[in-house]
Amino acid sequence: MIMNGLVYLTDVVTLELDKEKCNGCGMCMIVCPHAVFEIENRKALIRNKNLCMECGACEKNCPEEAIHVRSGVGCAAGIINGLLRGTEPTCDCSGPGSNCC
Amino acid sequence: MEKGFIVGQTITSSGTFPVVSTLWSNHDRWNTIKVRWSIGRMRYTVEPGIYGVGTPDENSRVFVTANFKLSFDHLRRALNGINAWILVLNTRGINVWCAAGKGTFGTKELVKRIRAHKLENVVSHRKLIVPQFGAVGVAAHEVKKLTGFSVIYGPVLARDIKPFLDAGMKATQEMRRVEFPLKERMKLIPVEIMNGGYWALLVPLAFFIISGLQSMDYSIGRAVSKGSIAVINLFAAYLSGCALTPILLPWIPFRRFALKGLVTGLGISAILFFTGFLGCTVPENISWLLMLAAISSFMAMNFTGTSTFTSLSGVQKEMKLALPLQIIAAGLGLIGWIVTRFI
Repeated sequence: MIMNGLVYLTDVVTLELDKEKCNGCGMCMIVCPHAVFEIENRKALIRNKNLCMECGACEKNCPEEAIHVRSGVGCAAGIINGLLRGTEPTCDCSGPGSNCC
Repeated sequence: MEKGFIVGQTITSSGTFPVVSTLWSNHDRWNTIKVRWSIGRMRYTVEPGIYGVGTPDENSRVFVTANFKLSFDHLRRALNGINAWILVLNTRGINVWCAAGKGTFGTKELVKRIRAHKLENVVSHRKLIVPQFGAVGVAAHEVKKLTGFSVIYGPVLARDIKPFLDAGMKATQEMRRVEFPLKERMKLIPVEIMNGGYWALLVPLAFFIISGLQSMDYSIGRAVSKGSIAVINLFAAYLSGCALTPILLPWIPFRRFALKGLVTGLGISAILFFTGFLGCTVPENISWLLMLAAISSFMAMNFTGTSTFTSLSGVQKEMKLALPLQIIAAGLGLIGWIVTRFI
């Protein structure tokens, strides 16, 4: 369940699931790269919240808008970039000559 | 813009499209090595649009990817022996995952490409295979609503595409999960090393020059003898943060990357101390220890952006404490080291 012992900080993740809205389509389970979700009795449930990296794929692909997560780059350089410019964390990889992910 | 991989063309009722090789040439391999070292990485692109693989027809599957050539190359290599279409989105040369995070690999661009190339005339079916990481930017239900095409999320890794197709376009749990094994971490280290850019040369150079100074007297000989040691100290700490920490990542205690980098930084400092590097006096040794710990910790913290499992909330939490401490330690160390030049 826990890959290579690689788990990041616990109890910080902003992921939330509104079970009332969930239609059990299972899209969140498909797109999650860390197997955070599970489907039980035709409803999604958050099985391992601490493995969530807040990428936002589940929220984006939930047709019922039942998932909310403050998604963004879990990247120190991106956060410093945002601090320096007074913007949200951004890795600014799109400009010519910039060197990032 | 790279074009050498185009081996022919295929004519459809919707137009003529280039057909690409599924093999990597020596040119592709050499460029892959260069890009892994950050050389020309932001200009390593392919033209967005539709490409064919094998002898594709209207029933062939459509795979979507980014116009970073490394992404494109991994996909076409994985499609060896398959007749298929590749739809390349314009992500400005960024890989699928990072571009999806930014939204350039997203619903809007995908819909735009489908319409621009009249994909509905190229294939008779209405299915697209999008890499799973693309889900960060693509909303499958919106693409369906806007274009009629169903998005099927493929596996995380291109090399799992064949087993995925064989299983009737079903990915196993393992194919859906992103791991971060040693081999993957090693591949990413060169980019980390190059991240320092000119600073990684200018800072050691400044230390080298200042090392010649001692109590208002300057000697080139001292710059060479003491300066070389200073340069070695700095590079050791730099590599401790951006190479050693990533390699040892799962085995270093603590979850915070800044703490992992501190552990390796202190370890490297100890080795330097006992092998006659670091400084000559106690104040100098303490100054070096502060600077090296800060450098290693900071560089390791930056590896969060490369890793595949750190959350924004987590990185913000660790930085709130770590960044000020790194700045204070580096500042105190620097002041201490400069002061020792005069006593």
